[in-house]
Amino acid sequence: MLDVNEIQTITHDVIVVGAGGAGLRAAVECSRQGLDIGVVCKSLLGKAHTVMAEGGAAAALGNVDSRDNWKIHFRDTMRGGKFLNQWRMAELHAKQSPDRIRELEEWGAVFDRTKDGLIAQRNFGGHRYPRLAHTGDRTGLELIRTLQDKGVHSGISVHQECTVLDLLKDENGRISGMVGYWRETGRFVLYRAKAIIFATGGGGKGWRITSNSWEYTGDGQAMAYRAGAELMDMEFCQFHPTGMVWPPSVRGILVTEGVRGEGGILTNSEGDRFMFKYTPEKFQSETADTVEEANRWLAGDKNARRPPELLTRDVVARSIVQEVKAGRGSPHGGAFLDIGSRRPADYIKKKLPSMYHQFKELAEVDITKDPMEVGPTFHYMMGGIRVDADTQMTRVDGLFACGECAAGLHGANRLGGNSLSDLLVFGRLAGVGAKEFIDANEGLPEINHDQVRGIIRSATDILNREEGENPYLIHEALRDVNQDFVGIYRTKEGLTEGIAKQAELKEKAKTVKAYGTSQYNAGWHEALDLGNLFITCEAIARAALLREESRGGHSRVDFEGEREEWGLVNIVCRMGDDGNMIVEKLERGEDPEHLAKVAHATLEELEGSNG
Amino acid sequence: MANRTIRIWRGDQSGGQFEEYTVDVGEGMVVLDVIHLAQMHHANDMAVRWNCKAGKCGSCSMEINGKPKLGCMTRMGDYEADEIITVQPMKSFPVIRDLVTDVSWNYRQNERITPFTPRPRDADGNWRMYTEDVERTQEFRKCIECFLCQNTCHVLRDHDKRDQFVGPRFMIRIAQLDMHPLDTVDRIPATKEEYGAGYCNITRCCTEVCPEHINITDNGIIPMKERIVSRYYDPITMLARKLFGGK
Ligand SMILES: Cc1cc2nc3c(=O)[nH]c(=O)nc-3n(C[C@H](O)[C@H](O)[C@H](O)COP(=O)(O)OP(=O)(O)OC[C@H]3O[C@@H](n4cnc5c(N)ncnc54)[C@H](O)[C@@H]3O)c2cc1C
Ligand code: SF4
Ligand code: SF4
Ligand code: FES
Repeated sequence: MLDVNEIQTITHDVIVVGAGGAGLRAAVECSRQGLDIGVVCKSLLGKAHTVMAEGGAAAALGNVDSRDNWKIHFRDTMRGGKFLNQWRMAELHAKQSPDRIRELEEWGAVFDRTKDGLIAQRNFGGHRYPRLAHTGDRTGLELIRTLQDKGVHSGISVHQECTVLDLLKDENGRISGMVGYWRETGRFVLYRAKAIIFATGGGGKGWRITSNSWEYTGDGQAMAYRAGAELMDMEFCQFHPTGMVWPPSVRGILVTEGVRGEGGILTNSEGDRFMFKYTPEKFQSETADTVEEANRWLAGDKNARRPPELLTRDVVARSIVQEVKAGRGSPHGGAFLDIGSRRPADYIKKKLPSMYHQFKELAEVDITKDPMEVGPTFHYMMGGIRVDADTQMTRVDGLFACGECAAGLHGANRLGGNSLSDLLVFGRLAGVGAKEFIDANEGLPEINHDQVRGIIRSATDILNREEGENPYLIHEALRDVNQDFVGIYRTKEGLTEGIAKQAELKEKAKTVKAYGTSQYNAGWHEALDLGNLFITCEAIARAALLREESRGGHSRVDFEGEREEWGLVNIVCRMGDDGNMIVEKLERGEDPEHLAKVAHATLEELEGSNG
Repeated sequence: MANRTIRIWRGDQSGGQFEEYTVDVGEGMVVLDVIHLAQMHHANDMAVRWNCKAGKCGSCSMEINGKPKLGCMTRMGDYEADEIITVQPMKSFPVIRDLVTDVSWNYRQNERITPFTPRPRDADGNWRMYTEDVERTQEFRKCIECFLCQNTCHVLRDHDKRDQFVGPRFMIRIAQLDMHPLDTVDRIPATKEEYGAGYCNITRCCTEVCPEHINITDNGIIPMKERIVSRYYDPITMLARKLFGGK
């Protein structure tokens, strides 16, 4: 029998899993609190998904339009999330984002500037005022590099290219550690800690067309689920309206909303600016209804309303699909996104340099002259691990979650730019929460050796079996199933079939085989990640089947429109005693009066009233 | 779709060889796509780093037909239809397996650099910096840490001066801090003594391979060298300017 004492053991007060914006911000906070802190990540430091973020981080700094304040940011976030957000999280986020952004400047971030030398802010969908602090269209790089440099000099130990397989618990049900393996050698490692913070990101790699990277296999969600935590709002998937559609090899790669924020417009094959047709009733009073008004807005007229291209992402994504279905799509099944005729070439190259390069080098399109072809791509999971709004702790003692892997802030639909600020605000709060937990619960919990052996055995089985299924091909099949049955438009029949097909593939995956040794073996890594992806995708499909309405990032063809009764509940998934998934409704309770008042107020009542 | 042959280096520290794979290549594919096809259908265990597939993360650095490049930004269409493409790991770093190398030395260089230390905020809690003041520093912050410049610089590649010279990536990191309008640290002595600015002889090979088109040499290294010269050897500043052709 495997002797657990012989496995390499690494101990810290707190271990953060994930080195994106959320994980690094959490780690910096722990180190500021005087804790011994380790960060574990699957890729090299600085390469996490956050590095890809383009458009900006939302915070009501009021630098560009002084009418902005936290209340309006809060109101926009709740309205964008169709009132399924956790009230308290949306409040904390709107109030604390400005300080988190200014703090980055203190650590070396260089944002674009206003004429007065302050942090510039750009327009984005669903945000009433220019609100996104940005650095060209590479804001994520600015954020991650700043936090990385800050972390390196804060005494944080980074364990990179190490994948965590599963969590360990002591006999009281408190998290005691976790088991992982070094990708380089395939050797196992036992982590021990007093608290663990998950900041593992999303699970978009379950879809055929996605802006997400290989890392996004929903590991954190699945591990937390297996450890007894709940997953919430999983049915809400954000399909970003503008992914690249051509050539096929780049299908899904993101085109930042910043293009529309800078004035870009969407047109169909008839040259029609179709978004004017699709403004939802709720947003009509705040959206321009003529091209003339939209153009005045672009020219800086503060009394003009915002163009419909800047409606929330769920609306724009569905509109593009409608246009394509009606036969008015672009040659490769998308819509046209045009910035070249709206802004001078120099301006585009300065504000959207990486979009310019991306299209020039990957699609041979010069966006300063010609329109781009774009269509929806799986981008973000609003759902994730359910946490306490103030401490970020899950239902499992000692397990915290923040960033994209956690749920609550965004409700049914996330506003662009609200993720980067989410990472900073709740990354920090998770660090504070973990410190409080440790202070109240001293001592290093015991490790159960059987749990360790079990995890290692199921990982090595994949290498040891004589033959079996090709993990890549199963993954490809799963992506097709989700794309076809758990996509933008959903039906009862489709979801039911999708769940059955997921289960068939999951069964097949039980005999998956990785050839070769354990040393940097991509096939083995793929096989191990797959197990997590199945859980994440199943939760999404099952929650989507239960929610019989259309709201935000969840559209049911058989149940159109929002239904009042569904506005009163969130959906949670957890593991039953028999190992099967339980999916149930969770009452939201009374709306907190002071916040509901803000969310339902008119703009005039809130403008310029910070405090 | 068309069949294409690609030669990929397979092996580890103990040695290796090129293997040929023939895969069905679709329209617009980049070299990384072709590697992934080979991995999916012929060599499941092949090691290659990647994340964003859009030139934003700097993970997929490799040498393609001998040139240091990002696999995700190199289109198959850039090569002749019957050309065999050869892919190997970056040469200057120890190989771990197949296309993956040990780049940890770079992370250690970053740790040696004194962190950013800003002046106090303005009275209202903000810092004021103007577009003209930040543009120079922003150019260097575009760096995606692909380490292709480090791989190319002959001081590191052929002369193995890793103990003495931090390399072009970190020279621009230092220049970035030095040109940051808020930073208060005097970085000139360390740039000369510890980071080895003198080893660079301005061949500009690093600038040529930078996928972010950062003007590493002319905008970063040369100005830093000039500052060292004017600090330590003032009388010959004029001559140095001529030699280095700076601004
Ligand atoms: C192309 C693109 C553009 C975007 N643009 C914007 C934007 O402009 N504004 C905005 O607000 N949002 C944007 N987003 C969304 C936003 O970038 C992400 O939601 C956010 O960066 C997620 O950050 P995170 O810290 O939660 O996780 P990530 O940055 O994704 O980090 C996850 C970390 O967890 C690690 N990890 C995962 N599983 C394991 C495991 N099993 N073991 C060990 N480590 C593990 C990974 O290695 C990684 O370090 C964009 C997203 C994409 C894809
Ligand atoms: S210019 Fe200097 S740093 Fe760049 S490759 Fe040449 S010697 Fe190296
Ligand atoms: S300077 Fe350019 S080549 Fe060097 S690491 Fe940065 S992006 Fe890569
Ligand atoms: S995969 Fe990110 S740069 Fe190539």
